[in-house]
Amino acid sequence: MNLWVLVLATAGGCYALKVAGYLVPARLLDAPQVRRLVELLPVALLAALVVVEAVASGRHLQWDAARLAGFGAAAVAVWRRAPFLAVVVIAAVVAAAARQI
Amino acid sequence: MLEESPRAVVRDSVGVGLAVGAYGVAFGAASVAAGLSVLQTSVLSLLAFTGGTQFAVVGVVSGGGTLATALGGGLLLGARNTLYAMRLAPLLRQRGLRRFVAAQGTIDESTAMAVARRDPALARVAFWWTFVAIYVCWNATTLAGAVGAQALGDPAKFGLDAVVPAAFLALLAPRLRNGDERSRDANGADTAARSRESLRIAAGAALIALVLIPLTPPGVPVLAAAAAVLLAGRLR
Repeated sequence: MNLWVLVLATAGGCYALKVAGYLVPARLLDAPQVRRLVELLPVALLAALVVVEAVASGRHLQWDAARLAGFGAAAVAVWRRAPFLAVVVIAAVVAAAARQI
Repeated sequence: MLEESPRAVVRDSVGVGLAVGAYGVAFGAASVAAGLSVLQTSVLSLLAFTGGTQFAVVGVVSGGGTLATALGGGLLLGARNTLYAMRLAPLLRQRGLRRFVAAQGTIDESTAMAVARRDPALARVAFWWTFVAIYVCWNATTLAGAVGAQALGDPAKFGLDAVVPAAFLALLAPRLRNGDERSRDANGADTAARSRESLRIAAGAALIALVLIPLTPPGVPVLAAAAAVLLAGRLR
C-alpha cells in the first residue's frame, strides 16, 4: 500500500467532510433518519474498532494475554471515568508489565 | 449553566484542549508502530486533524488492510464532523474564508465546548480557543510520540498494542452513557432510550466484527459492522 496516498486521501477526505457541513443547508439535519444515522454510525465504528484492535492480528484472532490485560485494565479505568490520557497510560503500563512476566 | 465570563470560557477551553491534545502522544506512537514515517504521522495530524479517524486508519494499516478499507473506515468515522459542522454553522456565523478555517477545527471537543454555551458569543469563544489549544497540543504531542516510538523500537514491549483498543473504548464510552453532553438532544429527547439503543448498536457491531475477523481481509469487519447499522436504521 502506498502510505502517502492513504495519508493525503485521508487528510483531503476529512477536510472535505468538515467543509461540507458548512456548505449544505442546515435543514437536512431536521430529518430524524439523518440524525440517527450520523449519531449511531460512530458508535458502531468505534465498537467494531475496539474489538478488532483488541483481538485481531491480520486475519487471525489472537488472544494475546498481555495486550488483553492492558486493555482490561483500561476498560476498568474507562468505567471509573478516568481521563483519556490516564486510560491510555494504564493500558500501556499494564500490557508492558504483563509482557515482562 | 450560570452566567460565565469570557475569561472563564477561555480557561476551560484551553484546559480541555491541553488535556485532549496530550493524547496525540498515543497516536504518534501507534502510527509509527503501524509503519508510517514520522513525517506521514505528522502530516495526518496537521491536515486530517480528527483523532478517531487517525487512530482508525493506522489501526487498519497495522493489521495489514488495504488502502480502500483503511480509507473507508477512516472517512466513515470522520463523517460525524459533517454533522458537527452543520450544528456549528448557524452558531459561529462565519463568512467567507474564515468558514474554511473553522472547518478544520470542527471536531468532537470544539463542538462540545461550543454547543454547551447558550450565548452565541461565548460559544464562538469556546470553539476557537478549544480548536487552537487542541491543534497546537495535538500536533506537538503527535511529533513527540512518533519520534519517541521510533527511538524505543519494538512497540509491543512498551504495551503500545494495548493503547489503540483502549483509546477507541475511551472514545466510545461517552456515547453510551446516559445524559452525556453529546448525546443530549436540544429538544430533550429520551436520553435513556437513546443510550440503550446505542448500547445495542455497539454490542451488535462488536459481534459482527469479531465474527468477520477470520473470514474477511483486515478493515472489512469494521466497515461491515457500520453497514449493518446503516441497514438496521433503515429497517426501522
